[in-house]
Amino acid sequence: VALSDVTALVPQPVVGRRVRSSAKARREALDGYIWVSPWLIGFVAFTLVPLVASLMLGFTDWTGSGAIHWVGFANYVQLFTGDPLFWQSLKVTFIFAALYLPLSFILGFMLALLMNQPLRGMRILRTIYFAPSVLSGVAVAVMWAFIFNQNYGLLDWILGIFHLPLVPWLTSEIWVIPAIVLMQLWGVGASMLIYLAGIQNVPTDLYDASRADGAGWWRRLWHVTLPMTSPTILFNVLLGLVASFQIFTQAYIITQGGPNYASYFYALNLYDTAFGALRLGYASAMATILFIIVVGLSCVLFRWSRSRVFYAGRQ
Amino acid sequence: VSSERTSAEMMLSGARVSRYSTGGKVAARKRKQARARSLGSYVVLGIGAAVMLLPVVWLLSTSLKPPDQVYSIPMVWVPRPFEWGNYAEVFSSSPFARYLIVTGVVTGIGILASMCGSSMAAYAFARIRFPGRQAMFGIMLATLMVPVWTLIIPTYIFFGKIGWLNSYLPILVPAFFATPFNTFLLRQFFLTIPVELEEAARMDGASRRMIFLTIMLPLSRTALTMVALFSFFYYWNEFLLPLIYIQTQNLYPVSVGIANFVSSLQQNYPLQMAAAAVALLPPLAIFFVFQRWFIQGIVVSGVKG
Repeated sequence: VALSDVTALVPQPVVGRRVRSSAKARREALDGYIWVSPWLIGFVAFTLVPLVASLMLGFTDWTGSGAIHWVGFANYVQLFTGDPLFWQSLKVTFIFAALYLPLSFILGFMLALLMNQPLRGMRILRTIYFAPSVLSGVAVAVMWAFIFNQNYGLLDWILGIFHLPLVPWLTSEIWVIPAIVLMQLWGVGASMLIYLAGIQNVPTDLYDASRADGAGWWRRLWHVTLPMTSPTILFNVLLGLVASFQIFTQAYIITQGGPNYASYFYALNLYDTAFGALRLGYASAMATILFIIVVGLSCVLFRWSRSRVFYAGRQ
Repeated sequence: VSSERTSAEMMLSGARVSRYSTGGKVAARKRKQARARSLGSYVVLGIGAAVMLLPVVWLLSTSLKPPDQVYSIPMVWVPRPFEWGNYAEVFSSSPFARYLIVTGVVTGIGILASMCGSSMAAYAFARIRFPGRQAMFGIMLATLMVPVWTLIIPTYIFFGKIGWLNSYLPILVPAFFATPFNTFLLRQFFLTIPVELEEAARMDGASRRMIFLTIMLPLSRTALTMVALFSFFYYWNEFLLPLIYIQTQNLYPVSVGIANFVSSLQQNYPLQMAAAAVALLPPLAIFFVFQRWFIQGIVVSGVKG
């Protein structure tokens, strides 16, 4: 399902129209395989084989040493029926994705619309908004851990200025996921930039035409801007989806999954199971489930978008 | 054609001006509205920019505070005096300089490796005709969706079996094989280079390798810079792989080093923030120097994708 859609997203290469002898074509084909080999070998060695191996390991109880026992679907049965932490981590991850994906799209797109005005100083503003999104990893997590601090943190200081009740960001089971969403939204600049470029790619005569038809700002947004930028939106939401289900560093550094497993993301659970408890077989079953979820949701997204995404120049 | 269009535009704008100048009231109201709208945009975007900047300002401020000022109420934004000793202590109480050197070397190799493999594969996808090219390209893009977590256990077992644990080989060797994202970006760029250039060179008897090295790569400096930048940020920030593969402290990269340092500090926030600031400084500097390329790269990969 996904393949043809993905290739449809990109312009096809221009190829010459020469008629060529088959010997020449064969030589070129050989060349092609040689040149593409860095990807092909890498794909087989570091993606395809591990993917199959992970699937197989999921049916064993291997712990990294000793004999490998085939246990059939026992890992999966255990996961689905006897492992509350599996369900908890799944729930946490889904809630995070359900909050983060729409918010990052809406915020990113609104900022892009605001930035798409011929005003002075936009370049500087654009840089300021974009800068946080290039920063990531442990240092940023360490910074935010202190920002969320209930007594001396920046966020509660701001709430205090407005006389709002202070929020126990990292110590409350309710607030810990919104806190991590907030932290991730600090990096909204990257999607803002992509949406901005998408908006600027929309031919201006479409706006002129719709304006001539009497369409107001809202209708122009709904009937011109959104459809014309829909491939960009789809691509970004898709990558955001894949990334959301792999959140790890933030939770590992800031909360270690707490309080009371309220931020025990799926990846954190997987890490503990594989590299803490060394239950490699069981963790591989979890990895397979993650793969199915991510690919499944991506396919659903493609399906759903099929009638809604508009590829200009392609009927 | 262009002169025709410009004269038409001039006529149009002239008409607009004259309409504004005759119907002065309407024009004035419109201008007022436009000014109000741009003022509103500035206010919203300005508040947003402050929100974006505040965490970093706060990080720097805290990193320069003597311990007692962290807890003072009302909040102190400008520490008095600046406690530069926090930074000295980060370097003296942990092998931070070593972390930085290790990360720098690994990042450098990672960048070079990414450029080599990806540009070759991108050239094949852009220019060479071979059966299965479209399918392979589609598969490559589809692998963007494969979570790292589904691959990590078998690769960990494999690299353990061949004795690569506690080294950077599991991170750097795969870097030489084209990654989907970089390959895609370079291919998109190669497609914009005129085929005629290559055909002319081929007439002169240049081999494919010569064409690649003397035409394609020099003309793709922009795209190669983008790949180098993306790779820089990737290898500089990478945490999960070194966390799993690197076991001794003298090989830690900055990311694992800070995590280790911070967990040993508990409540010493100024030192934590100083460590984070040291780790964030190189990416920030690189970003501000290269931001034009970086922004272009994000746009090419995001919009055309």
